[in-house]
Amino acid sequence: MKERKLGLIGKKIGMTRIFKDDGTAIGVTVIEVGPCLVLGKRTDDIHGYNALILGFGPKPVRKVNKPEAGTLKAVGGAENARRFVQELRVTADTLARFDVGQEIKLADLDLNEGAYVDVTGESKGKGFQGVMKRHNFGGFRATHGTHEVFRHGGSIGCRKWPGRVFKGRKMAGQMGSERVTTQNIRIVQVRSDDNVILLCGSVPGCKTGMITVRPALKHNQ
Amino acid sequence: MSILQILENEQKRNVVAFRPGDTVRVHVRIVEGDKTRTQLYEGVVIGRRGDGNRESFTVRKICAGNIGVERVFPVQSPNIEKVEVVTRGKVRRARLNYLRDLRGKSARLKTRDDRKSSKKNTPKPAQV
Repeated sequence: MKERKLGLIGKKIGMTRIFKDDGTAIGVTVIEVGPCLVLGKRTDDIHGYNALILGFGPKPVRKVNKPEAGTLKAVGGAENARRFVQELRVTADTLARFDVGQEIKLADLDLNEGAYVDVTGESKGKGFQGVMKRHNFGGFRATHGTHEVFRHGGSIGCRKWPGRVFKGRKMAGQMGSERVTTQNIRIVQVRSDDNVILLCGSVPGCKTGMITVRPALKHNQ
Repeated sequence: MSILQILENEQKRNVVAFRPGDTVRVHVRIVEGDKTRTQLYEGVVIGRRGDGNRESFTVRKICAGNIGVERVFPVQSPNIEKVEVVTRGKVRRARLNYLRDLRGKSARLKTRDDRKSSKKNTPKPAQV
């Protein structure tokens, strides 16, 4: 993960739509971003990289086990445990700006309307899926003698040579429930008072799922 | 109240109550170049779908030449300046898709009598 401008972690609330004054409707995803508690730091000297350990969302004390409580000594013990914890790589300058135990709010980030962000989340689990749904294979035609193989993937390799199936062959298997990043999502609205941003279109994952929002890496802003 | 509802309430506009079966006149804002004008579209509401500010309704009318036209409007769109209810129709289902197969006289709807509800709202005249 490359070092970049500070992002925050948060939670997906759901989708709705908003109208612009000229009547065009935008489908937006509502995301609660922060405030995030700085639970710890990773520094270049000690760990070999710079990162902030951020925590988001309350976690009941009864769910905090002893090893986790030990990591929370610096921020005031198990009462300050967070449900979602994530390390975010940042530059040394950013690292110096924040202290352990400090809360980072949406307003501390320079995320404005019209800016672009990358959003990371865990996609919804789809279970064990065939090749048509999982890899967009075409399947076979329904008539002209097709028998039993309507949704199959076809041949998976050659014959005597190479005598094996190449690695990376697209086949049926588990789909979804994996870490997905969608790049360059436009911010439609920032509501710092509510700790909420509205993003144009969809983002990976289910409602209440953990979301990481970072300024876009590749967009030429 | 969840933030989703807050967002939708912020956008909420005053829209007159109407139901499937009602004949409505929709005032649609049309932008042509730098000019804006209002177009009227009148027909029977054959259904409403969605909720919150994602709600939309379908209006069906018979144009010249006996051609059925259906337009779908978002209820909360700023481009809908006004919805007027012309007549209230008496129907027994939420989606009036059967109207698509009907022509002329058979496509008419009975009008709904709203006197009962209006009587409830107006105070009784004092008896002498």
